[in-house]
Amino acid sequence: MPLNKRRFDALIIGAGGAGLNAAIQLANADARVAVVSKVFPTRSHTVAAQGGVNAALANVLPDSWHWHMFDTVKGSDYLGDQDAIEFMCREAIPTVYELEHNGVPFSRLDNGKIYQRAFGGQSQNFGGDQAARTCAAADRTGHAILHTLYQQNLRARTHFFDEYFAIELVTDDEGAVLGALVMEIETGEALLIEAKVTLLATGGCGQVYRTTSNAHINTGDGMAMALRAGVPLQDMEFFQFHPTGIAGKGMLITEGVRGEGGFLVNKDGERFMERYAPNAKDLASRDVVSRAIVTEVKEGRGCGPQGDHVLLQIHHVGEEIVAKRLPGIRESARIFAGVDPVEEPIPVFPTAHYVMGGIPTDRYGRVVIPARHGPEEAVPGLYAAGECACVSVHGANRLGGNSLLDILVFGRAAGLDVISYLRDNANHRPMNTASVDKAMAAFQRFDQGGEGISVAELRNEFRKCMEDHAGVFRVQDVMDDGVEKIKQLRERLDDVRLKDQSRVFNTARVEAFELVNMIDVGMAIALSAARRQESRGAHSRPDHPDRDDKNWLKHSLYFKQDDTLDYKPVRTKPLTVESFPPKARVY
Amino acid sequence: MKFRIYRYNPDADTEPSMQEFDVDAPRGTMLRDALLMIKEQDETFAFRHSCGEGVCGSDGVNVNGQNRLACITPVADLKEPVEVRPFPGRPVIRDLVVDMTQFYQQYRAIKPWLIRNDPLPEQETLQSPAERDQLDGLYECILCGCCSTSCPSFWWNPDKFHGPQALLTAWRFLADSRDQATDERLDALEGPYKLFRCHTIMNCVEACPKGLNPTKAIGHIKNLMLKHSV
Repeated sequence: MPLNKRRFDALIIGAGGAGLNAAIQLANADARVAVVSKVFPTRSHTVAAQGGVNAALANVLPDSWHWHMFDTVKGSDYLGDQDAIEFMCREAIPTVYELEHNGVPFSRLDNGKIYQRAFGGQSQNFGGDQAARTCAAADRTGHAILHTLYQQNLRARTHFFDEYFAIELVTDDEGAVLGALVMEIETGEALLIEAKVTLLATGGCGQVYRTTSNAHINTGDGMAMALRAGVPLQDMEFFQFHPTGIAGKGMLITEGVRGEGGFLVNKDGERFMERYAPNAKDLASRDVVSRAIVTEVKEGRGCGPQGDHVLLQIHHVGEEIVAKRLPGIRESARIFAGVDPVEEPIPVFPTAHYVMGGIPTDRYGRVVIPARHGPEEAVPGLYAAGECACVSVHGANRLGGNSLLDILVFGRAAGLDVISYLRDNANHRPMNTASVDKAMAAFQRFDQGGEGISVAELRNEFRKCMEDHAGVFRVQDVMDDGVEKIKQLRERLDDVRLKDQSRVFNTARVEAFELVNMIDVGMAIALSAARRQESRGAHSRPDHPDRDDKNWLKHSLYFKQDDTLDYKPVRTKPLTVESFPPKARVY
Repeated sequence: MKFRIYRYNPDADTEPSMQEFDVDAPRGTMLRDALLMIKEQDETFAFRHSCGEGVCGSDGVNVNGQNRLACITPVADLKEPVEVRPFPGRPVIRDLVVDMTQFYQQYRAIKPWLIRNDPLPEQETLQSPAERDQLDGLYECILCGCCSTSCPSFWWNPDKFHGPQALLTAWRFLADSRDQATDERLDALEGPYKLFRCHTIMNCVEACPKGLNPTKAIGHIKNLMLKHSV
């Protein structure tokens, strides 16, 4: 049977905030744009973002983009690229206004302006008093934004391929990306989408860990496809564990709870964050708070019969604030923890939440890799934006409220740059049959039935392995062990067999592809972590407790071929202002 | 716990059947967890799901006769054997997966985006907290489809009647102080079907997992239309 084919100017893989904000720019510019998503767009995980999006609007307290930039650089433990960070913090302001103009139902202040709340790691005046920078629609900000972006794409008549799963990028001999092979989930048939430009906006990979705030769909598909196309992944050792997941389950309880006045207590009823971060206390950076919680539990001050969590208290602020500002959290806590936060504290423990690393890009969303002319040469026809990308604005640790910002700013920037790329590259490059054949082989990988390992079995083993060997605290031999185990798991992928060989809506086949992707990404995390001999941001090593700027102020690049690592310098020079040199990071 | 699950695979089956499963369901098990355990027993079982916390709207199913979101439905509250079926009135693609095309078409038909004709201000458009409060109970919709697929009027006329979900969203924009297309929106709802097929049966209110009230929203639209026509 001949392979079905479609042709577009631009192909966007992923329909979360980054993909949809890029798509709007392209559709508004009359480019022919296809958005491929393995789920209906409003199911994308942007929908689950709770607390809000940072922008120095100064609606509540004095603020400036420059203070926002300082906080982001410091939060990144100085690993973030300062040109990209300056760009993001400046762009934040018009980006939030644009969202509002497009219909996002932000919560409001008495003067009619957008409501802003305090979040972790935010300060006024370069490290002074707490700032209030996070623009919120109650505690459903991601939902409000994603639905609005989808609605605007409906208005712009973007072409959607809903419930299509991307299998592999198609490239030519020069490494240029020519589109992707995708599978229509409903029919199980392959489809080749040819495009002058492909934008990866596939989101995160939290599913590699057993306990995670991430959705079932966050399996690192775009990152893994990039790896297999020869693109490295940057800074993958930096994985954020959000301090307040519901204990034992992992569902997210927004930092906004602490922003609205909540705090953490241990079994003695002590506000222990005062010991770890005397100034910022419960609103210290996420890496700091997560380590504090794990330490409390390890040292025997955890709560509950097993002593395996701490408590997040908010009832002292009163029912009115909780009902108005945190209605979704109240609902989640009731359903999943069986407590009403208006009366009782919520049991919490860190949960795998966000990958700071990803596909290396510049601030226009162009994917850049080491090549002939230096460490950052653009791959023709390939862009990436959002959590799957690494610009890098988050460095070694992301601040709360900067992830919605990242996807919106760089989704938009990528969309705009694609428009100019299309002007300079008006024609499709010739299709490369060899690459299509290779992609077809990947598509048919699980077509052989019979006896073998099940996807569920291997997946359970893998996610446990990641949790045990690449968690909040990391030591050398445990990490090395993890790398070996993942290598073995990767080999056992060849023994996976699907009992279900049917075509129509075969979710077992989708999950098998996802497992391949997760293991590729898991190896990037584990190996990059095992090599970095320092503690920085979310990468915390008791055997190397200090940050080492002399040897390690550099980005890691993991290549799938032969599992190798390379490094490139951090861009410490901002666009217009003075650089923020590395300093000791205290909160 | 005993479950009876609707099974149909067009590749293999000529007609649908109910299949029984036994699942160990410790305290706190949600229906989605149970369905995942069933999938571990039998990987051919298909259903949609993603976030696991009731915000993405993927895993709407019919449980013991009621449309609900699997991920926020504790199994402890359900009568055994727990009967799980696809949404009623929608073509079945496979097992619990249904074709929601018409549901999405009705959503698109009401122009679910903010329409403003004024020039854009440099900053945000102002909106008082009281004006913003009008959107509470409306904007939280997650498009799961529990309401529209429990509505007899939608079962009969899914091509002509907008259904409770789309009408809730229509009111979300009519109620937004920033929107400037009231006349256009109301004109588009004229006629015997789009809006007026709602016979206030109120299945939608019962079904909504987010506690929203589409019937009330429809009432508001009808009132506004009345005022609009005089």
